[in-house]
Amino acid sequence: MSLHVVAKRKWKGFALDMEFTSQGGTRGIVGASGCGKSMTLKCIAGIETPDSGKITIGEQVLYDSAQGVNLRPQDRKIGYLFQNYALFPHMKVEENIACALGKVPKAQRQQTVEEMLRRFRLEGLGGRFPGQLSGGQQQRVALARILAYEPNALLLDEPFSALDFYLKEQLQLELKDMLEEYSGDVVIVTHSRDEVYQLCEQLMVMEDGRCIASGKTRELFRNPGLLSVARLTGCKNFSAAKPLGKYRILAKDWGIELATSRPVDQDIDCIGVRAHDFMPATEGDGENTFSVQLRERLESPFEWNMLFSPGPEAASVWWKISKESYGGNLPDFLRVDPDNILLLRSGGPAIRKDACQ
Amino acid sequence: MDYSPILISMKTASLSIAITFFLGILAAKLVADISREKVKMILDGILTLPLVLPPTVAGFFLLYAFGVKRPIGRFFLEYFSVKIAFSWGATVLAAVVISFPLMYRSARGAFEQVDQNLVYAARTLGMSEWRIFWRVVMPLALPGVASGGVLAFARGLGEFGATAMIAGNIAGKTRTLPLAIYSAVAAGDMESATEYVWIILLISFLVVISMNWFTARERGYALREAKK
Repeated sequence: MSLHVVAKRKWKGFALDMEFTSQGGTRGIVGASGCGKSMTLKCIAGIETPDSGKITIGEQVLYDSAQGVNLRPQDRKIGYLFQNYALFPHMKVEENIACALGKVPKAQRQQTVEEMLRRFRLEGLGGRFPGQLSGGQQQRVALARILAYEPNALLLDEPFSALDFYLKEQLQLELKDMLEEYSGDVVIVTHSRDEVYQLCEQLMVMEDGRCIASGKTRELFRNPGLLSVARLTGCKNFSAAKPLGKYRILAKDWGIELATSRPVDQDIDCIGVRAHDFMPATEGDGENTFSVQLRERLESPFEWNMLFSPGPEAASVWWKISKESYGGNLPDFLRVDPDNILLLRSGGPAIRKDACQ
Repeated sequence: MDYSPILISMKTASLSIAITFFLGILAAKLVADISREKVKMILDGILTLPLVLPPTVAGFFLLYAFGVKRPIGRFFLEYFSVKIAFSWGATVLAAVVISFPLMYRSARGAFEQVDQNLVYAARTLGMSEWRIFWRVVMPLALPGVASGGVLAFARGLGEFGATAMIAGNIAGKTRTLPLAIYSAVAAGDMESATEYVWIILLISFLVVISMNWFTARERGYALREAKK
């Protein structure tokens, strides 16, 4: 089934202007907080109403300002996973799930509830209250409740933000399995690049209520195109840049010339290099090698984050290396592979509407 | 000692709380659902007014509306042959009007404290508005609603000013406990007054205790979490 969304809404100095079509599969929406990600989901679910636009799923029109159609959330058959899961605290787990089965006859309802409990590994917890469950169990109850309702699309609003760090990875794995079984469209809103990378085939980046980039997740991580997109995908090192030739660029902030493997367009005004893409080098290691001096070092449990500066006046770069591969010697030179230089635009023409269809 | 004030007070307070309870919840639900902030504020102001007005002023307005020669009073007299002013019904009327804001405000506060996401979630799960109100909002707001009811009951029981204005102080008919205390003191019968005072004290104490019980219930979900 395909989900088509056009939604415009203005309120208190903020304008939402979204447009996208999903053809099945899982789509991620990332962006800084307050960029309109959640609002987009709420418009699809019918919790909020846009000022104008059109939202359809398959053949069914959920909202159309031109025709004056605006279905109640009750009639949309859209599952919505809230950030805090929104379980009813005064109802037992099984009652929570049964809430989604309003019109189902009683005998069958019991059967469905038990089936959902089994499917989400909640056996024996049906009689508990949500407050007595761990964060991960609560998430499973919320998903069980939503899927018992058999929605045509699934909207997940920051599904892992309410969880402890150590729980996240296991749950991401579980969610991935569950999403693979689910046949409808899935839209996940998050600000975590890890979640997007693991869960979503398609990715959209939002800024100030608009989509600024869209495409296959892996492709967008490999070639973000825009400074703000690169930043959201976790790139830490940026420098203003000036094209010097078809495969050469000057990193102004670092004061070095770099060779690239991708052709440099004239409107490229910025480059990015991911912190783990630098490699230690020695003098004369060839192109893209430059001398550095250590500024600072930060120790994490499994890696070192080091701040180097390519010259006395130059801006610093972060270098990240795992403790296993780091021998303890500070390199005098760093090298970056031409493949790993992200050619970026800091704004302007790349923010095109057609990039986001 | 004349026991009729106790009986009249209990009857008045019981009937008036039954009316206030439902009117208060209804008004709270209606106002809580209004999305236009200005309309909400004005309506809320009107509904809360009896709480801040001196009860004699509220009584004055009641007399103005329900007096025998006044529009509403005359309507009731002509069409139902019911005389409201200076009847037992007037004590109920006064108690309802004065205690209503307490019920309304507590219920509204309780409704508005219910996490709105729960309501949204219920909607996306296909639950009807009616079902959401009775199965989600009401159970979660119940402690607040109930303590509002207890407060309103106590206020109705203690009503003096508006009752004196619209219902008068007719022994055996409209003389409630607070009026009986006033009359006994005025007549120099301190003994009866003391006894009435003790009764009021006892009831009020019970009210405060039950309020605390409801507030403890409010933290029930949190407590249940801690136990397991």
